[in-house]
Amino acid sequence: MYQKEQFKKIKSDFPIFQRKIHKDQRLVYLDSAATSQKPELVIQAMDDFYRNSNANIHRGIHELAEEATRLYEDARLSIAKFLKVDDARQIIFTRNTTESINLAAKTWGSTFLQKDDLILLTRLEHHSNLVPWFMLKEAKNLRISFIEITPSGELDLEHYGALLEQKPKLVAFTHMSNVTGTINPAQTITKMAHEAGALVLIDGAQSVPHFPVNLTEIDADFYAFSAHKMCGPTGIGVLFGKYALLEQMPPFLGGGDMIRKVTYEGFTVNAIPYKFEAGTPSIAEGVGFGAAIDYLESIGMETIAEHEQELTHYAMQALKDEKGLNIVGPDAEKRGGVVSFSMDGIHPHDIAQILDADGIAVRAGHHCAMPLHQHFNLPATTRASLYLYNSEEDIDALVRGLAKVRKVFA
Amino acid sequence: MDDLYREQILDHYKNPRQKGQIKPSDHSFEDENPLCGDFLHIDLKTDGQGVISDAKFEGQGCAISMASADLLLESLIGKTIEDAKKLSKQDILDLLGIELSPVRLKCALLSLKVTKAAAYDLKEADDNLME
Repeated sequence: MYQKEQFKKIKSDFPIFQRKIHKDQRLVYLDSAATSQKPELVIQAMDDFYRNSNANIHRGIHELAEEATRLYEDARLSIAKFLKVDDARQIIFTRNTTESINLAAKTWGSTFLQKDDLILLTRLEHHSNLVPWFMLKEAKNLRISFIEITPSGELDLEHYGALLEQKPKLVAFTHMSNVTGTINPAQTITKMAHEAGALVLIDGAQSVPHFPVNLTEIDADFYAFSAHKMCGPTGIGVLFGKYALLEQMPPFLGGGDMIRKVTYEGFTVNAIPYKFEAGTPSIAEGVGFGAAIDYLESIGMETIAEHEQELTHYAMQALKDEKGLNIVGPDAEKRGGVVSFSMDGIHPHDIAQILDADGIAVRAGHHCAMPLHQHFNLPATTRASLYLYNSEEDIDALVRGLAKVRKVFA
Repeated sequence: MDDLYREQILDHYKNPRQKGQIKPSDHSFEDENPLCGDFLHIDLKTDGQGVISDAKFEGQGCAISMASADLLLESLIGKTIEDAKKLSKQDILDLLGIELSPVRLKCALLSLKVTKAAAYDLKEADDNLME
């Protein structure tokens, strides 16, 4: 159950909040959509791995190798359980969300898509769920259509329904936009796609860190996300894929660990998921990822989501009344903890720079979603994004900072 | 921060002296910095002897990029196209009179790139011009 008091202590789980910014400023970190901060627990798990358990995983016949393998594979089991996936073999480790989507495009996409096949994407997508499909489109002469969005940045499901009549082979969409914060109805979109005979890939980079995600219920065929946005380390991410699909797909990269047998004539592939995991993976990062899941579960994803909902309401309310400030995207109840905005006559770089002087970290630019900014006719926006360690004081600091910005440019 | 947004820079951002277009111009170029969504178009007019008689810009961007364009063009009037070709990163920094982080340096140097590309009558932008 959500208790506001509980969250007051959470900042102290994250060592970085002990440091000062520009000598004496408190860190007001509002850039978690780019990457989250890491709790002591995760840092310790990785430190402990290197100090006490370090070895390469799989096949080693010594205590350290067995221990390292167990720690790494335990993380896979934790992740499966976290997402309500019954068979952990469907959790493939990658470097990040981007690599996960590329893996799906390069293996499933290049094998099963033919000339003129249609892929549906949405206007909301991050470059990582656009460019891999553009590359595939060029290589295989595919077609891509975009599901339209409403002026407030929600998917137009009527338009989606109409596009489905063209029998797309794949629908790929973001579970939560990193610009507008829009949370898309993943289960409905997936069900509609399946009824039209299309497979579904979901970019979960912004969703898995922030609210409960049940992959069995959503029923997507592929689901991608990264550890570093959910209190875990950089360098490790996941592609979930349905087992039957993974079986039909060719391997991704070639090398050690992805093979069963190699001769001078050729090779046979290893079992799933190892077939897609060539070379020594990010082992310590896997261990850290497992620790991050444990940490998030110790608080509870429902609880985290509630805290962020409250803060998002608070932030939207506070920013709404600011003169000349325009928030992109839907109302607070339809979005996660991401608030992007523009200010009349002031470039986001200048806003971010002035906020930085007070220790406030926001992001300024197109947030890897250039087409979406073009769609909204904005060269760039300033984005404040929230996580479990943020508080109302952080939002208050942002509002005070924006007053300073306005003063400089008055 | 106070340094970055000192009076002179804000003044050139809010009240640009060289904003506008010159039609017809003798040398023109435009480019963008897609990372920031910045855009800059520069027109140069010469007196026939290679001396810059007027210089104007149109664009959108942050205070640093727009002020740097304004300061640079203002400083070029009365100089020659050959002088413009020889401009360096340091000239821009001297005009601005501030230190810049690597990201903000890109904002400031868009005007250098576009001005030199115009002076050289280039067809395409070249990042080497920002040195």
